[in-house]
Parts: sequence; C-alpha cells; structure tokens
Amino acid sequence: MPKDGGIGASSKRREDVRFLTGVGNYTDDINIRGQAYVHFLRSDIAHGTLTSVDVDAAAGMAGVVRIFTGADFEGVGGIPCGWQVTDKHGEPMQEPAHPILAQGKVRHVGEPIAAVVAESPEQARDAAEAIVVDIAELPAVVNMKDAVKDGATKVHDDLTSNLCYDWGFVEENKDAVTKAFEDAAHVTSLELVNNRLVANPMEPRVAVGDYARGTDNSTLYTTSQNPHVIRLLMGAFVLGIPEHKLRVVAPDVGGGFGTKIFHYQEEAFCTFAAKACNRPVKWTSSRAEAFMSDAHGRDHVTKIELALDGDNNFTALRTDTYANMGAYLSTFAPSVPTWLHGTLMAGNYKTPLIYVNVKAVFTNTVPVDAYRGAGRPEATFQLERLVDKAAHELGVDPIALRRQNFITEFPYATPVAVEYDTGDYNATMDKLEEMADRAGFDARRKESEANGKLRGFGVNAYIEACGIAPSNLVGQLGARAGLYESATVRVNATGGLVVMTGSHSHGQGHETSFAQVVAEMIGIDENMIEIVHGDTANTPMGMGTYGSRSIAVGGSAMVRATEKIIAKAKKIASHLLEASEGDIELKDGAFSVAGTDKSVAWGDVTLAAYVPHNYPLEDLEPGLEETAFYDPANFTYPAGAYACEVEVDPDTGEVTIERFAAADDFGNVINPMIVSGQVHGGLAQGIGQALMESCVYDDDGQLLSASYMDYAMPRSSDLPMYQVDHSCQTPCTHNPLGVKGCGEAGAIGSPPSVVNAVLDALRSGGHDVAHIDMPVSPNRVWAAMHGGDAAKKAVGVVAANAKHNG
Amino acid sequence: MYNFDIEKPTTVADAVQALGADEAQPLSGGQTLIPTLKARLAAPSKLVSLAGIDEMKGICMDDEGRLCIGGATTHATVMREAEAHYPALASLAARIGDPAVRNRGTIGGSLANNDPSACYPAGALASGATIVTNTREIAADDYFQGMFTTALEEGELVTEVKFPVPQAAHYEKMIQPASRFPLVAAFVAKFSDGVRVAITGASNDGVFRWTQAEEALSNTFSAEALEGMQADGDMIADLHGSAEYRAHLTGVMTRRAVAAIA
Ligand SMILES: Cc1cc2nc3c(=O)[nH]c(=O)nc-3n(C[C@H](O)[C@H](O)[C@H](O)COP(=O)(O)OP(=O)(O)OC[C@H]3O[C@@H](n4cnc5c(N)ncnc54)[C@H](O)[C@@H]3O)c2cc1C
Repeated sequence: MPKDGGIGASSKRREDVRFLTGVGNYTDDINIRGQAYVHFLRSDIAHGTLTSVDVDAAAGMAGVVRIFTGADFEGVGGIPCGWQVTDKHGEPMQEPAHPILAQGKVRHVGEPIAAVVAESPEQARDAAEAIVVDIAELPAVVNMKDAVKDGATKVHDDLTSNLCYDWGFVEENKDAVTKAFEDAAHVTSLELVNNRLVANPMEPRVAVGDYARGTDNSTLYTTSQNPHVIRLLMGAFVLGIPEHKLRVVAPDVGGGFGTKIFHYQEEAFCTFAAKACNRPVKWTSSRAEAFMSDAHGRDHVTKIELALDGDNNFTALRTDTYANMGAYLSTFAPSVPTWLHGTLMAGNYKTPLIYVNVKAVFTNTVPVDAYRGAGRPEATFQLERLVDKAAHELGVDPIALRRQNFITEFPYATPVAVEYDTGDYNATMDKLEEMADRAGFDARRKESEANGKLRGFGVNAYIEACGIAPSNLVGQLGARAGLYESATVRVNATGGLVVMTGSHSHGQGHETSFAQVVAEMIGIDENMIEIVHGDTANTPMGMGTYGSRSIAVGGSAMVRATEKIIAKAKKIASHLLEASEGDIELKDGAFSVAGTDKSVAWGDVTLAAYVPHNYPLEDLEPGLEETAFYDPANFTYPAGAYACEVEVDPDTGEVTIERFAAADDFGNVINPMIVSGQVHGGLAQGIGQALMESCVYDDDGQLLSASYMDYAMPRSSDLPMYQVDHSCQTPCTHNPLGVKGCGEAGAIGSPPSVVNAVLDALRSGGHDVAHIDMPVSPNRVWAAMHGGDAAKKAVGVVAANAKHNG
Repeated sequence: MYNFDIEKPTTVADAVQALGADEAQPLSGGQTLIPTLKARLAAPSKLVSLAGIDEMKGICMDDEGRLCIGGATTHATVMREAEAHYPALASLAARIGDPAVRNRGTIGGSLANNDPSACYPAGALASGATIVTNTREIAADDYFQGMFTTALEEGELVTEVKFPVPQAAHYEKMIQPASRFPLVAAFVAKFSDGVRVAITGASNDGVFRWTQAEEALSNTFSAEALEGMQADGDMIADLHGSAEYRAHLTGVMTRRAVAAIA
C-alpha cells in the first residue's frame, strides 16, 4: 500500500498550486516604489582593447538617472572565484581579475561595458544605444588547443598564458599507469567532445537592488540557488558590505540547473547602483542576454584510453582533457573539470590505476561553470562510451564486460581519492535488463527494418558523487567555502512548525518533501509544517542547492534540528506526565509513558513550551526552537544503469528515441513521485545534450547559437515515455535518512546510452562508425554513414570551440 | 522595440493610403515582424495593421476552381477551412510553428517575407499560384526573387492568393531542430498537364522549382523516377546542415512527397 503521508509517500507538490495558477512570487514580480531600471551595454566583439567609452550624449537623454562604466568600479572588488585548484606542480591556478564592468579590454561577446540606469527600461535601452564605444579588435581565442600553443594571443595580458592550470590526478599514479598500458593485452582509445551547453532555465536572471538610507542597509533580490553564498561573496569580496548590513533574497526561482549558483556582475551592479543612485535598481535579463551572460556548461575535449588484460579486466585508465573556462573564472568553474570530474573516473569499475590530466583554458567565450551534473556527465560520457567501444572491439557483450568489471564490495576506495559507501551495480543492471526487455529487441529491430529504419540498443552504467560535501575535505581540495547545511525548526505554541532551511528550492519541491520528513518524525500532518527558504534575513547561514545536496545535506540538518526539538519536547512531556524522561515515547503526534495508557498530545507539549505555567523552568528554557548545522561525512553515491533504444532513418540521419529505461539507486526515497520527476527532467537534459543542444562559437568568437532559432531545446514530443525505477535501494551509510541525491542523475547517466544506441543502429546497417560527437544531429549521423569528406563537413559551420585539433 | 504609431484600417484602400506615410510598414500576424521590432532590428515610424480588414480574410473557391485565400488569413484558418478543397495546403498550414503562431501568422505575411525556410512559398510556387496585390496579379514564378526578396513594390499589399488545385499534392517537411522551420521541405503538386516541385529551406536563393525532378515526374510519376537525383544550386550551409546534406535532402524529401501521393 502506498503511504498517504510522511517518508515514502508521493505527496502532491504543494508549491505547484501557486506556480501553476500564476501566483508565484518570482524576482521579476518584485517592484519597489521608485525603482529605476538598468540596461547593460554589452560587447558585440569577442576580444579587443577598449579605447574609449563616451557617455556624454547618452547622459543627457530623457529619463537617464546615471550611467556607469568600468571607471566607476575601480575601487570596487571584482567577482571572486570560490575554488582554487592547485596544478600538477603544486602551483596555484592562474586567476584573472573579473571586473563588474569591463576595464581596459573586452573578453567575450556579452561582457558588460557600461550600464545605464533610467526611469524606464526603454529609456535605459535608448541611452545605452547612444553610448559610443571604441574597441580595437584583437584576434579572438576560441579553440582550446590553439589557445595553449606558444605565441597564442592572450585573453589576459597579465597572465603568463591562457592555461589556467594543468592538473594531474593522481600524479603519483602516472608512471604505474604508463607501465600498465605497456603491459596491456588490449588498449581502446577514443577522442571526443563534450558539447558546450546553455542552461536555459525558464526564468531568466533578474536582480533588484534596494538601499535604505535611514539604516544604511542593502537588500538584493535575485534569482539565486544560494542567497547566503551570494551575500558572502558579494558583501565581503566585491562591495565591502558586512553581512549584517546586507540581505539577499531569492524568492521563487524558475529553474536554475547550476547557472544560478554563481555570483554575477549584474547582482553586484544593482546592489551598488541602488546605493549610488539612492533608488531601487532593477535588471531583468532578456533571453538574448541570457545566452551571452549566463554561465555555460560542459565544453570538454578529451582523449581517453583504457587498458585491459587478456581476460578483459580493466587494468588502467588515462585521460587527457581540455576544459574551457571561458574568459573569466565563474564562481565554481575550476572545481568542475577537476574534483567533480577526475574523482569520478573510476565509474562503477574496479580499474586499479587511473591518471587524469586536465588543462583548463581561458578563451574569449562566456565563462563556463557547473551545469546539471557538473563534471560528472563529462566523466560518465567518456568512460561509458569507451567501455562500449572496448566491448565492440573485443567482440564481447557490452553489458557482460561492464558486469565483469563492476565494483561489488563496499565500502570501496577508488584510485581517484573517493570512497563509495554502498551500491549494488548488478542489481540496477538486472533491473534495467528486465525493464528494457532486451530479449524482445531482435523482434523490434526486425519490425523497424521492415519500415526502412535501423534500430539500435545502447546501455551504460553510471555513478556520481553528490550531496556535496565534507567541508574539511573540500577545503583541502581548494574550496574557499564550507559545504555544510543548516536548518532552524521553530515550533509554534499551537503545534504547527516552520523549518527555515539553508537549502533553496528552485523547482525541486522542497516545500513538500522536507515537510514529509518532519511529519514522519513527529507523527503529525504534513500541513502543520511550513518550509521557508531563500531569505538570508530569516534562514540560518546555509550553502544552498546544487550538486544534488538538498535532502542529503539540508535534509540531514533538518533531521538533526528536529531531533533536538523532539528531545526537548520529551523533557516537557515527562514533566507533564510526571514520568521519567527515558520512558517517554513519541508516536503519531502523542507522547506516552511506555507501558501505560498515560499520554499527552504534541499540541499540549508545544503549548506548555510557550505558556510555561506547569513547566520545569528551573531545568529547561521555555520555547521550542532549535538550529542544527550538518556537515556530511562523505559524498553520497547514486548509481544505476540506463538503456536507450533508437530508430535511425538512414535516408535523413534522423534519430528518434523509441524507449528509454532508467534504473537508479538513490538509497531511501522520501517522495517517489518527486524523485521520478527529477529523473524525467534530468533525462530530458541529457537526451537534449546527446541529440540536440549545442552552443557554438565561430572563429571570431561570435556566438552562433544565440537564440532558440539556432539553439535546439528538447520538447516533450522529442522524448519517449520513460521507464523509471528506483526500487534498487542501498541506503547511504553516513546520513541520517539513508538518502542519496537524485537531481542530476538523469543528466549524468543518459547521454552515453543514446550515442551507444545510435552507433549500434548504424552497425546493424553495415556502417561501422567508431564515434559521433554530440549533439548527434541528423546531419552528423548521415555524414558518419557516408564517411570521408561528408563526415568532415558534417555541419556547414564547424564549431570553433569544438574542433578536435586546432 | 522603438516607439511607433499604429493604424488599424478596415479597407484595403485605407491601408494603402496609410502606407503612403514615410517609413510605414504593414503589420499582419506579427509573428516575424514583432520579434524583429523587439530586437530593435527595424524601426518603422508607423505600423498599418491588416488584422481589421475583412476583405483580406477568408477562403473560397472561384469560378475557375481555384482556392482563394485572403492575404490576412491565418494559418489556423487555412488549416481548418482548406482541408476540404486542398488537403496538402491545409496540412502545410497545420505544420507551421505552434498553435500560437498559427492563430496569428498569415499567408500574406509569410509570402511577403519570403524567408528562405518558410513553408508557404513552397506551396504557392509548386501550385503555380497567383499572388494578388492591391495593384496587380503576379504569377508565383515571377513573384519569388531570392531570399527575403519578392516582386512586391514598396507599400504594395498581398491581398489574396489564388491556388490552382492539383489532382494530388503532398508537402514533405524535415524540421530544423531548433526553429522547427523546414531544414529542407518539398512540395510536389501533380496536375493533369504536368508536375511542379518546389523546394524550400535548401537554397541561398530562397524557394525554387526543381525542374529536373518535374521533368522526370511528368514522364513517370513515381519515387523511383527520382532515384539518385538531387537538386543542385547554391545550398545553405549553417549549424544544422552542410550544403551537401541539404542537397541530399532535396532528393529524399521530394521522393517521399511523391511516394505519399503515388
Ligand atoms: C515560433 C515560430 C515558428 C514558426 N515556424 C514556421 C514554420 O515552420 N514555417 C513557416 O513558414 N513559418 C514559420 N513561422 C513564421 C510564421 O509563419 C509567420 O507568421 C510568417 O512568416 C509571417 O506572417 P505574419 O502574418 O506573422 O507577418 P508579419 O510578421 O506581420 O509580417 C512579416 C513581414 O511581411 C510584411 N507583410 C505582412 N503582411 C503583408 C501583406 N499582406 N502584404 C505585404 N506585406 C506584408 C510585414 O510588413 C513584414 O515585413 C514561425 C514563426 C514563429 C514565431
């Protein structure tokens, strides 16, 4: 019987009522009396020296309040980077200054040069058009391999080169890995591109700065996944506002996918300008601006090699990756290709020796940072494509080869510095084979062939590390922040309670699932619990939501705080029941004395806490409010296996996904419906990456895929009815709920099986194609089938940022 | 968007007069023009809306058996009302954009704009339609003059389009995955006196007739008659397809259109 409340129930998402009936409160819904509007004048040139910015004509135009340029920010800090990676020689990464408005140079199309604050958005835009900017154009640095060649044009003149860092992991393993390759019976290698993506949350970014002259307090309303992080970064590093004088509010947020983690110039600008102009200042991004100013995702170019012994056991793995940082370091950019990527290169396999090299490169493109999965999709894609290629080369079944090399004993310490606490990769693979009906595939293939189509079946396993992360560990790895989470549980006199969480919901359904946990713990109705998040003024210092960390870390903090509440409530109950504390039991919202019929209701205890007439005041403070901070002992390691079945139209190269099955192990599941929804969304983004999405620059650093006319977003009609299962559960061993993260798995786990399936289909048609880069577009498939010149000219315009070799 | 004045005349004559003003421009469904204005890529001083002109709306059959569609008729109306008379054209209209686009966008706007990837130009050219304006009638063969270029003069309005109805026809469209406009599409119309084939999406010269295929099909109307053939010309190369691929698709789309009829 499915439960109708508490942990394990598919409670309906309470927040959806306001979202779906148009009464949500998004940042753009916030309008403060007297507010002015800002329009950013952005560079349309990728790289150049700013010789002059003449605002004279613009300043006199109707409605203009004030125009800001880089000169106004000379005494102000730049946008800080939150993670310092140390290179393979023990040296810190190169870290360029990141100004609020361009100073001296422009380094990517979309970089803000000047900002006009005016009475209306139109007036701000009119005046921005009247600003005369003179830029002496420089050659654009776009291709990563060219960027690190000797003599390449430098994105940042004050750095020694375009190389941010050259990271080796684990450097001590390098020689042993080389030796293993020399001794290998078989080596499989693959060069591939992990295509650059634009996150495209439905709600574009918005910022509203407000300043109260009377109290000297600043407030920023912003579309953020982590308001406390923004408050700390912007207050301490950019504007010099102490945290007690700065409030950051992230109200309802319409999707983030990572790109709303980072601290952006526009946030700092609006906060700064509100004080400078003594007026609220609002900026709402257009979709066009979003394409050229929201941090992009992925963009790796990789060579990966696998060594196997004569029995097809994996003996060593090595990779060589170029990771695009863009023109500046976005907040967590350096960590994505390193600690969120290199540490996952073992995948689900007991490969004993691994060496990962990553060169992070500056280019004249929009900064690149975490996007749903962040580093882990890149790791999974290359590994799972490579294992499939090895199976094909060796003539063995791709599932059997995976199973043979699966890690089966836990805890398992990988050679890349992480320890998997639990898992059962054969269980999810068993489940997958059943769901995907592999046995029926041949019949389905025949049917497709009868219709002139090729049919292919592809699988992959995946593992990811999420629920980030132990603070002391990430500190050693270069994080400039802790990654704990917080919760305050405030019980009211009449028994209802409010949880103020440092996690942030931007669509994940926390208001529902978090309430289910507390309801279960106390035994009260979910409707008695309110979840509050997103405002630094009424939530404890928290690190926010990304890296599939909310229930694993934020939920754990909430459990700890609720445990403190229950412990104190039991003391009060023991006083009311005149029994010893040790005999008090809490069940279904009532406290009873073990072995008796004496009991007192939850509401009587909470009332006593606030109306303490009959209360042990000498031993216990009145009130019922507790805070807990939870720092995880380890990452959580969701894992699973995905299968994709495609049809390929051999005449056009079009790929349609006929079936998609996902068997995930998320440990314990709080709300199965919400978890399925998270997987569905992740799959849409993973399949979108595999088949459709691609952010493309030309050789001059112009963004070619700058609107929905050219950037292909998946729609429901492009996707099949998914089969999703999370019944294989190996609970996490180190958090109180036994949960793992589920928000990114779909995006991490799905791209390889899609590509594997396409190649399988092509092989069935006699086309032995080793690899097709994502997005596997009709043109690319058709070209791959026709080989030679056609393949080279696969698309009319080859992405300069995604060429394999210079 | 820049500021502009807007007029909403109720007759073609008033619209033409209003368009006499400096930098005035007709506004029909706005599905192309409004995004252009929002991006500030155009700055007309005055927009003359065609949405209130009843004589430019609706569908009927004329004495010569031609399907006549008013220039300000929406794609949604054509989708519904042309079905009984010219199903292939109704099907073309039904696959333009999404419901919001179809409920606003018009045939006159589409033909005036002549986007190299638009659908209606293929339907009009393959049908041998007549484009009727406030001053004259223009044969489709003379009307389309290259990417975003037509025979229309400044201030001239497409008031009606007359489609001879073929014995059989089919529009085969492969979509560009982002915009969902045609990547390449073929409209094949089989008349008693011959076959006309128009290709959209493929060429830098905009919509064109593939005469080689027309000849082959006029001899033998079957997909096999086109085996191994593809149109040549100055094909579009962009993020979504190389010139070579587009040329290949002209053959595939045309064969499929023929197969759907034959
Ligand atoms: C999301 C989306 C998807 C689309 N998908 C497709 C598709 O798959 N296939 C396709 O073919 N099109 C597609 N379109 C374009 C759509 O069909 C437009 O409606 C059409 O191209 C223009 O028609 P309109 O009535 O909206 O014209 P408007 O935008 O109002 O005008 C377009 C131009 O034509 C001029 N004009 C308008 N009417 C006349 C007239 N009667 N006489 C002279 N000049 C005139 C205007 O001045 C303007 O220059 C799509 C559009 C959108 C927004």
